[in-house]
Amino acid sequence: MSRKDFESDQDVRWCPGCGDYAILATVQRLMPELGVDREKIVFISGIGCSSRFPYYMNTYGFHSIHGRAPALATGLKASCPDLDVWIVTGDGDALSIGGNHVIHLMRRNVNVQMLLFNNQIYGLTKGQYSPTSELGKVTKSTPYGSLDHPFNPAALALGADATFVARTMDRDPKHMKVILKRAHAHRGAAFAEIYQNCNIFNDGAFFTYTEKESKPENTVFVQHGKPLVFDGGRKGLRLSGFSVEVVDLTNGQWSASDCVVHDETSRDLASVLARVFFKPGFPQPFGVFYAEQRPTYDDEIQKQMELVMDQRGTGDMAALLNAGDTWNIN
Amino acid sequence: MATQAPEKSVKLIPEATILFAGDSGDGMQLTGSQFTLAAAYARNDLATLPDFPAEIRAPAGTTYGVSGFQLRFGSVDVRTPGDDVDLLVAMNPAALKVNLARVHAHSAIIVNTDAFERRNLDLAGYTSNPLEDGSLEDRHVIPVKLTQLTRDALKDTGLGHKEIDRSKNMFALGLALWLYSRPMEPALEWLGNKFAKRPEVRDANTQVLKKGYHYGETTEQFIVRYDVAEAQMPPGRYRAIRGAQAMAMGLVAAGQKSGLTIFYGTYPITPASDLLHELSRLKNFGVMTFQAEDEIAAIGSALGASFGGHLGITGTSGPGLALKSETLGLAVMTELPLVVVNMQRGGPSTGLPTKTEQSDLLQSLFGRNGEAPLPVLAASTPGDCFETAFEACRVALTYMTPVVLLGDGYLGNGSEPWLIPSLDSLPDIDVTFADASHEANAEEGFLPYLRDQKTLARPWARPGTKGLEHRLGGLEKQDKTGNVSYDPENHELMTRLRAEKVERVADIIPKTVVHGDESGDVLVVGWGSTRGAIEAAVVEARKTGKRVGSINLRFLNPLPSDLGEVLSRFEHLIVPEINDGQLVMVLRSRFLLPFKSVTKMQGQPFKSSEIVSAIENASS
Ligand SMILES: Cc1ncc(C[n+]2csc(CCOP(=O)(O)OP(=O)(O)O)c2C)c(N)n1
Ligand code: SF4
Repeated sequence: MSRKDFESDQDVRWCPGCGDYAILATVQRLMPELGVDREKIVFISGIGCSSRFPYYMNTYGFHSIHGRAPALATGLKASCPDLDVWIVTGDGDALSIGGNHVIHLMRRNVNVQMLLFNNQIYGLTKGQYSPTSELGKVTKSTPYGSLDHPFNPAALALGADATFVARTMDRDPKHMKVILKRAHAHRGAAFAEIYQNCNIFNDGAFFTYTEKESKPENTVFVQHGKPLVFDGGRKGLRLSGFSVEVVDLTNGQWSASDCVVHDETSRDLASVLARVFFKPGFPQPFGVFYAEQRPTYDDEIQKQMELVMDQRGTGDMAALLNAGDTWNIN
Repeated sequence: MATQAPEKSVKLIPEATILFAGDSGDGMQLTGSQFTLAAAYARNDLATLPDFPAEIRAPAGTTYGVSGFQLRFGSVDVRTPGDDVDLLVAMNPAALKVNLARVHAHSAIIVNTDAFERRNLDLAGYTSNPLEDGSLEDRHVIPVKLTQLTRDALKDTGLGHKEIDRSKNMFALGLALWLYSRPMEPALEWLGNKFAKRPEVRDANTQVLKKGYHYGETTEQFIVRYDVAEAQMPPGRYRAIRGAQAMAMGLVAAGQKSGLTIFYGTYPITPASDLLHELSRLKNFGVMTFQAEDEIAAIGSALGASFGGHLGITGTSGPGLALKSETLGLAVMTELPLVVVNMQRGGPSTGLPTKTEQSDLLQSLFGRNGEAPLPVLAASTPGDCFETAFEACRVALTYMTPVVLLGDGYLGNGSEPWLIPSLDSLPDIDVTFADASHEANAEEGFLPYLRDQKTLARPWARPGTKGLEHRLGGLEKQDKTGNVSYDPENHELMTRLRAEKVERVADIIPKTVVHGDESGDVLVVGWGSTRGAIEAAVVEARKTGKRVGSINLRFLNPLPSDLGEVLSRFEHLIVPEINDGQLVMVLRSRFLLPFKSVTKMQGQPFKSSEIVSAIENASS
């Protein structure tokens, strides 16, 4: 199997230059490495530019309705646990109209991968602000600036007791592939936020973090067991109380050993990192924030079915129909 | 004991209607169901109407806290729970006040006089005691010190006051059983099972039940006692069945017959929750239940399971159906089998959650964006919920379509004797999943929208099947390939194909059965749970020499192909509904005939007398 085997015969119709292309290419490149039979793979999406994704994958796919992909995915995965189910969603799809389903998917820990293409804008409806748009954003629907406080997706997922929370970006395909591979390997609901550039309605929203010049200084790539250093080793993050502070590693006062060592099994640390969120003077974290093993909903529901089957035997329809008080009329 | 009492004469009557009414905490639902079981044991035909408040624990003694259970049983064909009652058992003043209108001149009222004290009278809004102020003079009131007699009977048991008082409903049950000569055995057996782990409670309740029974014999308040002979019913094995139970079993039967696992995704709502309660116990029948975070997730999960090759089902009531409508449209577009059970209740909005209404017909038929036709079926009696549920699944699976299955609160909670069917008597449901042979059906490979010539159903290809990878979605589909298509001609073609497919469901609708006269003066066209009242009214109306018939439509979409012909055989057409005239609107536009609408919107089913008047008015 190669990347080609995962390309469908449909023309890809995103705007030229859209970050969605890079994500599609990465996913198609990743697929052959996963060792899952193509027919076992299902991509389920909601509505939005990003949600067109399943049409371009030569796997099973379901382009559903706005915000509801997690609902379909839960029913599918619970009833067909052998399938490898991926959810593709946008920031509006997942966090606005579908917010309720996302948090329930996380707490139930359904064993699926959720790829949240975050472009901080409503693309398909032509450029209104989204629940992740920064405060004061001027868009078609907010000519005087948006008034609502944005969601912090990673913190939201952690708040919903997600068992896997990660962040990556469209312009770093290598990192993206590593993260998506990890998400796939995780047993449980894997929440992966992908910063995605919408070059038409919100161009450059993440350039600070994705472009060569500014990236080193403004991003920190977290890795389990490694100290949180960035900017080519020149800076680091040190724990200070219940949050982190940026320390200079060049002036001899601090060294890498003073920095926090990332522990992705720590929900507390993950919460601290998730709160480093577009914070002036701080780098934006990328990588796996948190990973925890917890029974998955699909396993548990199947187990319960089997348990009842074992205890009570395969249901006998005639016995069910004739249960309770019956009487004969001749 | 009987020897001390004067011999009572026993009068054989064809049927009787009893209403047990009391406070929500008085155990009236239980009393009613136990009497139902006794009547069933005595081989009576019967119908029940439980009626309880929307509040879980309404303040004691208030009129809005009154809970009632009405049942009618007889040696004759019983189709409704009765219009007026022959016996009202009123456990407190509020119960009397609320139900007095149901009591006719010859009825008897057993009252628990102990409850008629100042506080309760105030709570019920009585300024004077109706037992003393002469307002009930023309009624046959039988005062019984129910509370006191129960306390006396149990004074040596060591049980607490509260516990003792709670068993007074058993006294009322015993007395009613005696009055109508129904057996005590079913109730005794039930108590034995229910309180197997608390023998002292079982014994106390047993004692009170018997006390009530013997009280009838010894007291001089009753001169006659009644008996009701066995009903003539088709031979076979029977059980008493509630609509919700029958519905659950019908769905399970469809799973068994089709060989599919059932996935039931739902969100609790009265009166549909019972279905979840029933189905969630049946995992060993291959029923997976999922309590979702809301109705949208519920139907979404069911559709996801259908995509996976299971029988996806979701259940709800009116407000929930509103939330499901967008996903129903997706199911129409993706042409996946899905059954949506809607147990209707009074609307709009939260409406009357515990009362019955047939007001979601138009929502079911048309409540979606775009041209989104789908089959709609309605069950007509508690027992019929089984067959109609089975049929709804068969239609969904045969035609690859979402189906709405309508029931209502009255059906779900009501019960009747049910001739137990066997799985063999049900038609087969043939499900054939697409396989490798479908891959070869075109050069481009698998065509997910290449239709069956007869049913127009598209193939059902389960994820996991090699070579059939395909993408579904809500965007318009290109004919055959299922690819996204915005082509204008194709959209019209697909819109027509989807409609035509649903029309073809009419091919499996059996010939319309007319109850009563096959042709003549008046045809009563009904649907759903009004069937009993309508058929009883037809029997009544025909006695006057009129030629009257009725039909009950199980299929509301598509309508039976022979319906036009049946309608043409009658001079007058009336359409009774528990709504403001929804079916009549459909029928008028379809047949352009002068249908007369008969409506009722009181949260209660029709009385058959109301239909009789409507029949009379129609032809006069
Ligand atoms: C029920 C419903 N409401 C509204 C819409 C319109 N709509 C389509 S996509 C969208 C927002 C998409 O934004 P996002 O999820 O961020 O995806 P993007 O297009 O940016 O990838 C909206 C509001 C719809 N399709 N359905
Ligand atoms: S509108 Fe934005 S998100 Fe949508 S396809 Fe174009 S660039 Fe991509």
